[in-house]
Amino acid sequence: MHGGHDLGGKQGLGPINPEPESEEPVFHSDWERRVFALTIATGMLGKWNIDQSRYARERQHPIDYLKHSYYENWYEGVSKLLIENGLVSKEELLGESTAQPASPDIRVPSQDDAKKILTSGGPTLMQLDIEPKFNIGEKIRVVKSYTYGHTRAPAYVQGCIGEIAIQHGGHVFPDSNARGQLAGEHLYAVCFSSRELWGTEHDNSEVFIDLWEPYLVAV
Amino acid sequence: MPHDHDHEHTEPPSDIALRVKALETLLIDKGLVDPSALDEIIETYEHKVGPRNGAHVVARAWSDPKFKKQLMEDATAAVDSLGYSGRQGEHLQVVENTSALHNVVVCTLCSCYPWTVLGLPPAWYKSAPYRSRVVSEPRSVLAEFGTELAEEMSIRVWDSTSEMRYLVLPMRPEGTEDWTEEQLQQLVTRNSMIGVELAKSPNNLDATVEGKD
Repeated sequence: MHGGHDLGGKQGLGPINPEPESEEPVFHSDWERRVFALTIATGMLGKWNIDQSRYARERQHPIDYLKHSYYENWYEGVSKLLIENGLVSKEELLGESTAQPASPDIRVPSQDDAKKILTSGGPTLMQLDIEPKFNIGEKIRVVKSYTYGHTRAPAYVQGCIGEIAIQHGGHVFPDSNARGQLAGEHLYAVCFSSRELWGTEHDNSEVFIDLWEPYLVAV
Repeated sequence: MPHDHDHEHTEPPSDIALRVKALETLLIDKGLVDPSALDEIIETYEHKVGPRNGAHVVARAWSDPKFKKQLMEDATAAVDSLGYSGRQGEHLQVVENTSALHNVVVCTLCSCYPWTVLGLPPAWYKSAPYRSRVVSEPRSVLAEFGTELAEEMSIRVWDSTSEMRYLVLPMRPEGTEDWTEEQLQQLVTRNSMIGVELAKSPNNLDATVEGKD
């Protein structure tokens, strides 16, 4: 979706003002620490995947998305996922009703489980029966897409011509994964010149971006 | 609180700290999270996993050509061999800076970042100004970090839209030919592995150490 999160090439958002590396804490306040852990821990319940989690954060009014701090958007995302998946009711979240015990069918990870899950991660590589459609060096165009669904084809590359730089193999396709449908598609790193993306001359820069095969057509 | 647009989120106590506290209490009361699992998650990312992992990888690559070859061919396996693996580091790729090419990493759509080697991303990496500008005006962004590159130096920006995670291998600073791997690690900053800065020069390192003393 063309939401507030799709930021590549947007202007007027101000300077970066980075904190000095040696002075920056991992979390800037305790609630950030807590919402981070709650998001990771509830993700381990297996009721949603990473793309559904990203999509939950994206589905906000762009003004809200941009006005919120990073972890406020995590709060928005996790509370939405908990309600949409029936784990928590709106009334419970608002404190308007007493907390009901969760279904006994839900397996809640222990400390050891959490440790194992963090260490093993969640690989997205998938063996595909079909060969990749595009070869290294081949020119492609990114198709225009107007969807309210989740996609990882940013607006700034749509319609632009690039060159296949790396074949990453088959990976989980986020657009369908966000709908709860697991499917694999070939993934590529595609190179775009800054001239193609922005019309800038003499800039001597390029963008490499990972794009799945359904986003691309040969030119 | 008045709003002039439609939105889906609920309006529990306005202060975010209170809302997060209420959510945590609710989830514990309902038995949906185990408090010791929360502690484990926080302990892991606040104290165990961080950019010192990446500095170890880079310093090893600088001092061991065999390891560097493996790292460039299969970064996930090479990094795993040093004991760093897990969430948000399942598919790693290392991109090497040279005297002609400078690499820098971003995630314009969210905050994808190689947790296993760098820990959680800094606030600026997740911010709208960085995510919007580094793909379209990388030179001015690098300048904001004090990194002025020669005009003839090419810049390659990696927008991590997939589960591939990119780590920049900075150039080894001059004057470090006889340095050990442990000494070299001190020159490798988090920002140099994102690509917004260069590795520290030995001169800067001395200044930093003296400054801290």
